[in-house]
Amino acid sequence: MGASQSTESNLAASIQRHLSKIVVAPSFAASLFFVYGFILWTGYMAFSKSRMLPVWDWAGLRQYERLWQMERWHVAIENLFIFGGLFIVTCLFIGCLLAVLLDQRIRAEGALRTIFLYPMALSFIVTGTVWKWLLNPGLGLESMMHNLGWESFKFDWLVNSDMAIYTVVIAAVWQASGFVMAMFLAALRGVDQDIIRAAYMDGASLPRIYFGIIIPSIRPVFLSAIVVLAHLAVKSFDLVIALTGGGPGYSSDLPATFMYTMAFQRNQLGIGAASAMMMLATVMAIIVPYLYSELRGGKKNG
Amino acid sequence: MYLRKTILATGVALSALATASFAHAEPTAEVLHWWTSGGEAKAVAALKEDFEAKGGKWVDSPVAGGAGDAAMTVLRSRVLSGDAPAAVQLKGPAIQEWAEEGALADLNDVAAAENWDDVIPAAIQDVMKYKGDYVAVPVNIHRVDWIWANPTLLAKVGADTVPTTWDEFNALADKLQAAGITPVAHGGQPWQDATIFETVVLGLGGPEFYQEALVDLDDDALNSDTMKAVFDQMRKIRGYVDADFPGRDWNLATAMVMNGDAAMQIMGDWAKGEFLAAGKVPGKDFLCAPTPSENGYLFNTDSFAMFNVSGDDKIAGQKLLAELIVGEKFQETFNLLKGSIPARLGVPMDKFDDCAKKSEADLKSAQDVGGFLPSMAHGMALRGHLSGAIVDVVTAHFNSDMTSDEAVSRLVEAVELAKD
Repeated sequence: MGASQSTESNLAASIQRHLSKIVVAPSFAASLFFVYGFILWTGYMAFSKSRMLPVWDWAGLRQYERLWQMERWHVAIENLFIFGGLFIVTCLFIGCLLAVLLDQRIRAEGALRTIFLYPMALSFIVTGTVWKWLLNPGLGLESMMHNLGWESFKFDWLVNSDMAIYTVVIAAVWQASGFVMAMFLAALRGVDQDIIRAAYMDGASLPRIYFGIIIPSIRPVFLSAIVVLAHLAVKSFDLVIALTGGGPGYSSDLPATFMYTMAFQRNQLGIGAASAMMMLATVMAIIVPYLYSELRGGKKNG
Repeated sequence: MYLRKTILATGVALSALATASFAHAEPTAEVLHWWTSGGEAKAVAALKEDFEAKGGKWVDSPVAGGAGDAAMTVLRSRVLSGDAPAAVQLKGPAIQEWAEEGALADLNDVAAAENWDDVIPAAIQDVMKYKGDYVAVPVNIHRVDWIWANPTLLAKVGADTVPTTWDEFNALADKLQAAGITPVAHGGQPWQDATIFETVVLGLGGPEFYQEALVDLDDDALNSDTMKAVFDQMRKIRGYVDADFPGRDWNLATAMVMNGDAAMQIMGDWAKGEFLAAGKVPGKDFLCAPTPSENGYLFNTDSFAMFNVSGDDKIAGQKLLAELIVGEKFQETFNLLKGSIPARLGVPMDKFDDCAKKSEADLKSAQDVGGFLPSMAHGMALRGHLSGAIVDVVTAHFNSDMTSDEAVSRLVEAVELAKD
């Protein structure tokens, strides 16, 4: 009796001790398999001869060679840089500006914050569809201006092969800049008020305080925002599908839509996998240096 | 010891159960399809009714979304896990691809009993057979090379028929444009661009050239002056569409013709369904005529491929389903609902509308001169990666100011790259 009681309490103690590990284990195992397992599998597929069904025959770098010979892939990559670059820069600028303006202890700040943050609550499909209607020359902005009597007004980016990718930037910025604003606002509120007061005492102007003290002190938030925005940009898929459908032609294709077309519409699993690995490499190029600097920084502080 | 006994007992019980269920087996077929809306859904329901009336058990597996992309993803995983549905909506060379994987069942005994060799047009038989064995059954024939026209708008420039050569087409379109009418209603989506492209290839090059260029992918044909002329004509047509065309869905373009916003649309005969649903009468409210070509006819045939299944009830269900689909009764009901024509010769056409009757008559004359050809844009002529490469070039040319010379050289390059 006494022996079994002590085993029980031992068991209870060891469960207690390992509870956190036990709780985390299933999700850890699942992500190990479903995320990293499938990354490895996709990586292998990119070296295989797979077309309609996955096969294991080794093809070396052939799929990558074919990928980089495709005109459409070059368009997709070029679009990713245009889209990603403009999206990140514009979001940071607008987000930061809105946050600074909201930080001025204005009235109805809560309501305004909700309004700016709200687009983030929408799905990209909804954003894409709404902007498709707004930007359609025969339906939206252009036709409204024409009806108001401004006949020479022209805004046909959505139907112009050279400009279509920029409409994706507009819609994406509209959706994400509120989120960036919220990140910055939180950081601004965390800045030590004493330093700011001290700067006031020294007679620094408000812009000077922002540029000289506050913004440099929230530098880590910039980094986080860039990482969040960059991976949003690389994985953008639904927005393009809803807004332009990759068109006109394939002029607003992004790597994600390219990958979908190859893997699921054209029975080219090998090329699809190769393009997916290229996307992964792009994300890694952004994330790895970030993680490295974060972890190293952590050690220094600790 | 105890464990082994349990396993044995369970095994016996299970096999008894299995025998019992075989004894009461009814022909069962699981059908994977993406006909989930409108006339298509009704057409599938008609098949289900027929099947159940013959004592079969129908297991419906509709997978909507992405014009079949989602269904194909489901199909891949089902086949890989060894649990394929009995019948899958599948068309064109995709059937051959699945047959190469050894996934399709042999329907030769049903075919022999039902005389399929005599009633199914030869060109469609080729699509349904793998190495001489029937592995799929056709349900319909859509004609792709149609012009749908608004007679009121044509009358405004003194025309009462649809042009029969591409020169006439251009002359008429110029006149319409001069009169302030949008000549061509078009939706700028790659497959729609490709639909126009292939009708122009058929018209300017003739059936033989079409076969060489878009079915056999002959280098000389792809790299020819005729192909340049085709791209020149595409550039002309680009000038006849309105400014807002990119991304527009095909049915909205059809509505433009219906409402008098544009004079003509080049589109397959699923467009007819839009006119009929709006209560329009062929010949009076709208005209249907083939795009200019010499006895050409581009077909787009939906079909069901039959996958390997195990179990007598499932095999019986599959054979019954195949027999019913090619049967006259189903071909008539289905195609009346879907707007296409039967994929079986000799079905009485008196219940069909005038456009369908014309389609059937043209099919026969086209077949006699070798003009009955599979559509490239609708995945009947080429495997997905090959037609995809062509469509990419066509849509890139149509939506930019690329020259015809450059388009031809890109076409040759893209096909070369996709081939290996």
